[in-house]
Amino acid sequence: MSQTQTAATPDERVKTRSSFHQLLIRPELGGICGVIIVFAFFMLTAMDSGMFSLSGVMNWSVVSSQFIIIAVGACLLMIAGEFDLSVGSMIGFAGMSIALLSVTFGLPVWSAIILTFILCMLIGGLNGWLVIKTGLPSFIVTLALLFILRGLTIFGAITATNKTIVGGVRDVAQGDWLAPIFGGKVFTGAFQWMADQGWIDTFSRGVKKGQPIVEGIPMLMVWALGLVIFGHYLLTKTKFGNWIFAAGGDAQAARYVGVPVNRVKIAMFMFTAFCACVFATAQVMEFGSAGADRGVLKEFEAIISVVIGGALLTGGYGSVIGAALGAIIFGVVQQGLFFAGVESSLFRVFLGVILLLAVILNTYIRRKITGEK
Amino acid sequence: METPIIEMKNIQKHFGSVIALSGVSLSVYPGECHCLLGDNGAGKSTFIKTMSGVHQATSGEIFFEGKPMSFSRPREAITAGIATVYQDLAMIPLMSVTRNFFMGNEPTKKVAGISFFDHKKAADITMAEMKEMGINLRSPDQAVGTLSGGERQTVAIARAVHFGAKVLILDEPTSALGVRQTANVLATIEKVRKQGIGVVFITHNVNHAMVVGDRFTVLNRGKTLGTAKRGEIEADELQNLMAGGQELAKLEIR
Ligand SMILES: Nc1ncnc2c1ncn2[C@@H]1O[C@H](COP(=O)(O)OP(=O)(O)O)[C@@H](O)[C@H]1O
Ligand SMILES: [Mg+2]
Repeated sequence: MSQTQTAATPDERVKTRSSFHQLLIRPELGGICGVIIVFAFFMLTAMDSGMFSLSGVMNWSVVSSQFIIIAVGACLLMIAGEFDLSVGSMIGFAGMSIALLSVTFGLPVWSAIILTFILCMLIGGLNGWLVIKTGLPSFIVTLALLFILRGLTIFGAITATNKTIVGGVRDVAQGDWLAPIFGGKVFTGAFQWMADQGWIDTFSRGVKKGQPIVEGIPMLMVWALGLVIFGHYLLTKTKFGNWIFAAGGDAQAARYVGVPVNRVKIAMFMFTAFCACVFATAQVMEFGSAGADRGVLKEFEAIISVVIGGALLTGGYGSVIGAALGAIIFGVVQQGLFFAGVESSLFRVFLGVILLLAVILNTYIRRKITGEK
Repeated sequence: METPIIEMKNIQKHFGSVIALSGVSLSVYPGECHCLLGDNGAGKSTFIKTMSGVHQATSGEIFFEGKPMSFSRPREAITAGIATVYQDLAMIPLMSVTRNFFMGNEPTKKVAGISFFDHKKAADITMAEMKEMGINLRSPDQAVGTLSGGERQTVAIARAVHFGAKVLILDEPTSALGVRQTANVLATIEKVRKQGIGVVFITHNVNHAMVVGDRFTVLNRGKTLGTAKRGEIEADELQNLMAGGQELAKLEIR
C-alpha cells in the first residue's frame, strides 16, 4: 500500500520512520491518550454507577458537547494567534439578550435569537478590531471585554426586570421555528421505537409512563458535532485554514506573502463569539431562563480543552479534533467523578494532573514534528 | 540597450527624524545578480522594502519595466513579479513545507461547489520543486522547522521562482549559514539567474558577493557610493567601501 515514495532517493541523513510512528506522532496524540486514560479510569471505578448506561452516557455527552462548542471557537482563534477571555461573559450576555428581547420586550423568539447572534458577532468583531488597531495583546483587550460584558449583562437585567434571572423563555418559545434548532431533540422517533422494543429504559410510572427516559439526541450534541466537522475542514482543508495557521505562526511573514492577517484574526474573533452564542442559546432553551452570572470561567475551560488537545498557546499550531478530545476529557472527568461519588474537589486535582500530562506529551510531540528546540 | 526590470532612482526614506536612506539608486537587469553590500544598519533592508512595497519611499522614483510605478502594499509588488525573501521572516517553522510554499497562493479545487485547498496538487508541486533544488523531503508534510537554515532559504527561493518572479530579492540569505549551506544557496542563486530572473543579493560578506555578483552597489549609512561591474573592482576595495572608504564614483558609474 505505501509504495508511493520509491522514486525519490532518500537522504541518508534523514532516518526513515515506520508508518506506525508516523501515525502516532500527531498533534492529537495527547488528547487521544487522555481520553483513553480517563475512560479506563472510570470503567474501573464507576462501571456500575450508571455512568455507562444510556442516560449516564447522555449526561456526560451533553456536558462534553457544551465544552466542545466553545472549544472549537477558542481553538481556531488560538491557532490564529489570539485569545478571547470574554467568552464566558459573552455567554451570559447572549443568554440575557435573548431572554430580555423575547420575554421582557415581547419580540418573537426567532428574531431575539437572530438579533443576539448579530450583536454578539459584532462584539466579537470589535474585540478583533481593538486587538489589531491597538496592537495590544488580545489577553488584555478581551479581559476588558470580560468585565464590560458581564457588567452590562447584570445592569441590563436589573434595569429591565429588577432581577438577575429572567425566566419564561420556554413559554414564549412554544411553537417558535428557530428555538428547537438549539433546544430541541432529534431522532425522538427512533428512541421511542427502541423503547417500544424494550431495548432502552422507559419511565415506569407517571404521565410519561412508557416513554423513553432518553427521548432523543439533544440539538446541543448536533451543534457540537457540526462545529467540529466545520472547524476541522476549515482549518485543514481550505485556503482560509492555511491563513489561520499562517496568521498565528508568524503574522509578519504571512503579511509579506499577501495573507490578509487582520481579516483572518477578526473573522476568528467573530467565530468565537458565534460559538459562545450557540452555547448560550442552547442553554437558555434548555433551562427556560437566562442568568446574568451564566458562563463564568467558561473561557478558561475552553482554553484548557484546546491546550489538552495539543494546540500551542502562542498560536500557529493545533487541531480541532484535539480540542474536541480535550473537551470530552473535561466533560467526562467532571461528570464521572460525580458518578463515582468522589469528592467534587478532587475533580480539580484530577483535571490538573491530566492537563499537565497532556501538555508535557503534546510538547514532546510538537518538538518531534516541528523541529522546535 | 536593454531596459532594466526595475530601476530605483534617488530613493529617500525617512522614519520620523531618522533618515534611513538619503538618495539611493539601483537597477536590475534580467539574468543579472546585483549585489547590495553594506554594514549592519546601512539601510539595505529598508531599501529593498521600498522595492517590495512594504515601505513607501519618502521621495524618489521607481520604474518597473520602463514604466513609473509605486507599490503601496507587498501584494502589488508580488503580482508585478517582485518576490522577496526577507532576512528572518521567510518561513513559518511550525507549518509544513507545502503549507509554507503555497502560503498566500493556495491552489484550490471545487468539490460540490465548495472551494477546498488542493493538498494533493500542492504536495506534488512542492516535492517536485524541492527535488529540482536538490532537497529531498521526507514528506510534503515535513515541518519547515526540521530543515536547516540553508534548506529554508532554498525553499523560499524555490517558492519565489515558482510563482513567476521577474526580480528576486534575497535579504542576507547567507548571513546565518555555514560553509556548505552557503555554497548551496549561492549555487541556487546561480540557477535562478540562468533562468533570466534578476536577482538582488544582499550581503555584508564580500566573498559571497564576489562568487555570484555581476554588479555591486555599496550602501553606507543610507548613501550609495555608486555601482561597479564585475572585474572592475576587487574584494578588498568593496570591503573598504563598506567600512566607509573612498568614493566608488571615481572608479565607475554606470
Ligand atoms: N521601521 C523603522 N523605523 C525607524 N527606523 C528604522 C525602521 N527600519 C529601519 N530603521 C533604521 O534604518 C536604519 C537602516 O536599517 P536597515 O535597513 O535594517 O539596515 P541593514 O538592513 O542594512 O542592516 C537603521 O538605523 C534602523 O534603525
Ligand atoms: Mg537588514
